[in-house]
Amino acid sequence: MGIVLQVLFALIFLASLGLAGMKLWRIRRNIFLGTPESLNDRKADRWKHMTLFALGQKKMFSKPLPAILHGFIYVSFVIVNVELIEIAVDGITGHHRTFAPYLGGFYTFMISLIEVLSALALLAAIVFLARRNVLKIKRFTQPELKGWPFKDANLILIMELILVTAILTMNAADFQLQQLGAAHYPDTGKLFVAQYTSAVFSGMEMHQLEIVERSAWWLHILGILFFLNYLPYSKHLHIILAFPNAWYVRFTSPGAIQNMPVIANEVKTMLDPSATPEPVAFTPKTFGAKDVTDLSWKSLLDAYSCTECGRCTASCPANITGKQLSPRKIMMDTRDRLEEVGRNLDKHGSVQDDGKSLLGDYISIEEIRACTTCNACVDACPVSINPLNIILELRRYAIMEQSNAPQEWNMMFNNMENNQAPWQFNPADRLNWKNEI
Amino acid sequence: MQENLNTVPVMAELFAQGETPEVLFWVGCAGSFDDRAKKITGALVKILNATGVKFAVLGTEESCTGDPARRAGNEFLFQMLAQNNIALMNGYGIRKIVTACPHCFNIIKNEYPALGGNYEVLHHTTFLQQLIDAGRLKVDGGSFAGKRITYHDSCYLGRANDIYEAPRVVLQVLDAELAEMKSCKSKGLCCGAGGAQMFKEAEHGNKEINIERTEQALEVQPDIIASACPFCNTMMTDGVKMKEKEADVKVYDVAELIAMAGGLIA
Ligand code: SF4
Ligand code: SF4
Repeated sequence: MGIVLQVLFALIFLASLGLAGMKLWRIRRNIFLGTPESLNDRKADRWKHMTLFALGQKKMFSKPLPAILHGFIYVSFVIVNVELIEIAVDGITGHHRTFAPYLGGFYTFMISLIEVLSALALLAAIVFLARRNVLKIKRFTQPELKGWPFKDANLILIMELILVTAILTMNAADFQLQQLGAAHYPDTGKLFVAQYTSAVFSGMEMHQLEIVERSAWWLHILGILFFLNYLPYSKHLHIILAFPNAWYVRFTSPGAIQNMPVIANEVKTMLDPSATPEPVAFTPKTFGAKDVTDLSWKSLLDAYSCTECGRCTASCPANITGKQLSPRKIMMDTRDRLEEVGRNLDKHGSVQDDGKSLLGDYISIEEIRACTTCNACVDACPVSINPLNIILELRRYAIMEQSNAPQEWNMMFNNMENNQAPWQFNPADRLNWKNEI
Repeated sequence: MQENLNTVPVMAELFAQGETPEVLFWVGCAGSFDDRAKKITGALVKILNATGVKFAVLGTEESCTGDPARRAGNEFLFQMLAQNNIALMNGYGIRKIVTACPHCFNIIKNEYPALGGNYEVLHHTTFLQQLIDAGRLKVDGGSFAGKRITYHDSCYLGRANDIYEAPRVVLQVLDAELAEMKSCKSKGLCCGAGGAQMFKEAEHGNKEINIERTEQALEVQPDIIASACPFCNTMMTDGVKMKEKEADVKVYDVAELIAMAGGLIA
């Protein structure tokens, strides 16, 4: 029996890691379907930004209570994964708590720490579930969260509940077994939580306890492996991608729109035929973006990193006043479309025209036109995402490739071209104000 | 100090005389053509003259910076306007620019360098703060002492360029009570004008953005809403009118408040 379980464990463990690895590789491939952008300078600043914003979750603290609760789940998740090393060793060798005899007091401390964090994570998961399902706060009930995204958020919280309950149950049963002097259950020392919770199991037979302990152990490890494979389909991918996404942040001023060197050159040689064009690193196939593959790879990494928290949308002046635009939806649409393009690529070996595009089929002109470029969404995002960049690239496509502008903008363009001002004034009158002051 | 507070030196003339101004005053389209914004331009000119700053304007040679075109998505038009402006300013050897428009400020400071336009660019609130710090500009509260002022952050000053303090520091010399709105500084709500929205009707929604922002401002029961952007100024002025509060609440640019406190304008 023992050896069968060991082999089974090894197979499940390796298969899950392999499968998750393949999924993550596919995501990486999809991200690099985007256009090139060089973002690897200023390494010292990148370390700093990543430490502060991904590891330190600095932006989360604009709302302190959720930040602390989220911190519980996050820290417990990281620490629990340290325990995964022992679980893997135990599972493959058939031992139980392999490290306990070697680490002594430190082992007791680590497992107790895991227990405390699990208990805190349990609390946080319950509060978060209540916040989404009972309080129904606005940013969690907006249209783009209907259906799968809403279920996804709940599912992950429920999974979290199951995982931490499994840990706590496993330890409590284990501790009780130790008290009964069960063989194969090495002394872990007084575990901080289990020493009390084990009382739940007092009076139970040893073999019953073993069944409880083993079931909880398997539930815990299978849960973690399932979670790992669930990540690539979920907004919870951010627990991994928040780090690279913070690392590759654009350090240009948030107010600066990216230059378009090809157009700059074209205009330069038009204004002065003798001018030498600047060297261009990359010539895009369209002006602006029609589809995800026209966006910078960084925008695609942004899309996969989005946690769907809606802080961007809650701060968006257009959304607040009832317009269709929602920066969160921009990010979710970009990811959904990129996944679709990825499936297309899987199926055909290269991306075939499917008659669809990000602009039009996912994001409407009405949405992108409502943006005031106010940067509130960029500022609000806890994982260094820039929805505005995507909006601007789509606008460029609409204007320059489709000539799709509202009449008022066409008039504005005409005025700017002919009168050097967005209004219809004679440029010769530009200094007339000086007689009026 | 300039005898005539209304003197407006023009760059082409100074250049012909071989003179270099301390700073170029970039007036911008709103500051040049919009009736309300022209008053802000006037206030700043008087402050510059009163404090003896040697400045010049480009006058009829100035063009739109291209900001609304670029943000609407019309890169060609932006590039034409920007490159012409840069050629003009580089030809005059301009080094330092002050402007009363955060959109002009942002685009010249952050987007012109990629096209060969490298200048020290200051928004007028920062420039006023420097004048105050250097002791060149002396004003006291006067009629504003004890008044309640709320400052509306412009997106292109605040979030885009991290300028939150300068306008507030300048307002402090007025001896007034500064009241912050519930969303201010990096959380400040847009007035609704940016991204070329100023030049078209808003998309369908349930409210105008400037009304939402004006309501936030009125919540703190100010006597004055201070702005630092001609477009914010228009939006907030319209908002106050729509809320029928124009008798009780005035909208002024920071420069106007300073000029009024200094007795330079009425
Ligand atoms: S930049 Fe655009 S999308 Fe982002 S918050 Fe402002 S209006 Fe909304
Ligand atoms: S873009 Fe950022 S702020 Fe907006 S939903 Fe995604 S993670 Fe949240």
